[in-house]
Amino acid sequence: MLIKRSYFKTRSLPYLLILPQILITLTFFYWPAIRGVISSFQVSDPFGFRTKFVWFDNYIALFKDPLYLKSILTTLVFSGLVATVSIACGLFLASMANRVLKLTTLTRTLLIWPYAIAPAISGILWLFLLHPSYGVVAIGMENWFGIDWNPLLKSSNAMLMIVMASAWKNISYNFVFFLAGLQAIPRSLIEAAAIDGASPFRRFWTITFPLLSPTMFFVTVMTIIFSFFESFGIIHAVTQGGPGGSTNILVYKVYQDGFIGLNLGSSSAQSVVLMGLIILITVLQFKYVERKVQYTG
Amino acid sequence: MMVEKTPKLDLFTYATLIIGIVIVGFPILYAIIAATLSLEDVSRVPMSMIPGDQLLNNVSEAWNRGDLGNQLVNSFIMASGITFGKIIVSLFGAFSIVYFDYRFRVVAFAAVFCTLMLPVEVRILPTYEMAANLFGPLQGVWDVLGLNSVVSWFAGHDIEVSLEFSLLDSYAGLILPLTASATCTFLFRQFFLTIPEELCEAAKMDGASPMTFFWKILLPLSKTNIAALVVIEFVYGWNQYLWPLLITTNPKMTTAVIGLQHLLPSPEDLPDWHIAMAGALIVMLPPVLVVLFMQRWFVKGLVEREK
Repeated sequence: MLIKRSYFKTRSLPYLLILPQILITLTFFYWPAIRGVISSFQVSDPFGFRTKFVWFDNYIALFKDPLYLKSILTTLVFSGLVATVSIACGLFLASMANRVLKLTTLTRTLLIWPYAIAPAISGILWLFLLHPSYGVVAIGMENWFGIDWNPLLKSSNAMLMIVMASAWKNISYNFVFFLAGLQAIPRSLIEAAAIDGASPFRRFWTITFPLLSPTMFFVTVMTIIFSFFESFGIIHAVTQGGPGGSTNILVYKVYQDGFIGLNLGSSSAQSVVLMGLIILITVLQFKYVERKVQYTG
Repeated sequence: MMVEKTPKLDLFTYATLIIGIVIVGFPILYAIIAATLSLEDVSRVPMSMIPGDQLLNNVSEAWNRGDLGNQLVNSFIMASGITFGKIIVSLFGAFSIVYFDYRFRVVAFAAVFCTLMLPVEVRILPTYEMAANLFGPLQGVWDVLGLNSVVSWFAGHDIEVSLEFSLLDSYAGLILPLTASATCTFLFRQFFLTIPEELCEAAKMDGASPMTFFWKILLPLSKTNIAALVVIEFVYGWNQYLWPLLITTNPKMTTAVIGLQHLLPSPEDLPDWHIAMAGALIVMLPPVLVVLFMQRWFVKGLVEREK
């Protein structure tokens, strides 16, 4: 692994310097993670007096549970929609902003701030906009399109509401990355294509878009991680997984089953499944990044 | 400058940008307008889009009803604690990994790096248990070794030793578990690796100790990176949700983002959306201001993280 050619030879100092980080990591990351894995193989009575080792029973029960399978489906639909909406809008706005060179910074300022808003607050803002009796969007839909909109009672409406709240918050994040990616593309490439007579639209698809693929990959991974985990705040503040479990995504179910329902075994098994998932995403991400480095250098 | 002129496309560009900005801004604009209206106006269907004059009343009502003063202080302490803690811990960690050669260097780096794969969301309950009693593992060892009976024998009567140190409902509990960061350490490591070797050699030649080198040379060079991380981590800390939700039960220790939920009108109450929106605006203001005013560093930091 990389190290400076000239380094210090002090004996104990480096240990002292890394100690705080290692201590926090062991106490709050590794120890709980190991405990979680262990209790996913156990069942315990609600008072925590007795525990029994049951091998994979919790996992088997989990994947036989229709509620859990439904939660997986809900999570996939949710993150698919959030990724599609926020990436499409972010990319579109970034390529537009990249065309107006003089105003790029101003546009960025006007688009960036939803990033700073907490997911839970984003949820609250959209709840108000889409509220069946007071929300302007809901009333508009009812009056103009005759849609009986009610995210508090209807599953599909509730899903759309949390998708909007999450995608809205993510558009600005994706926008920043796409804009940076677009600005890194050498202008001479685009100009050469323009001289050859390629239309702006064609230039985008044949030059810009392929060169943007590393950014695209990164943004997709980050959006998926966001919708899997950080959207917890939105769900907790706005729908609490309802109506009828229609917005009960995996991470909220872990919290609900474990922290509220005190079903430790099942909740731990769910945590381990999520852990496996994020390990997979991280490994994929770094494999891809390595490949990218090889290609460019 | 571009070699071609495309007036139609340019018009389209400006038009879509303006529409985009309006759509992205609309939820906030709507919230601001709602926060200036009276109960009567906010519950009119559809709500008037002309701002009223009740902003100050609504803000003070939200402030009192939601105990926002207290919660904003909590949020501020948590966000600054996380920011400061993360940056210090990561700076020291990266310095140790890059500028020293020792046996566990690679192991330490790998251990820090792998925390990327363990966000709090996948270890909710055990982390809570850990915070509820930091000495839990020690107690486990104590019990397994049967040390209670040893102590009892030694003392001549029954003694139950229980080791307890809880972080629940404390600032330490809100801050500490979030101060270890793989991304920050990684960022500083990458940056340190780009610093010319000559600087360290010169410092050594002049007889500077490692810590002198750190404070006098490395830290000043890292200023822009630190500024970028201050923005990102402050926003991250302020907007934390799941962890404060778990670790605080005392309403006096709740953070503003979580407390806001209590301002939401329930179906039985009056539709006090103007109060809820005034509260939401207050709570979102600090991170929004930080991002807007430090946009340059913020964008730099965000984009650097990708590498």
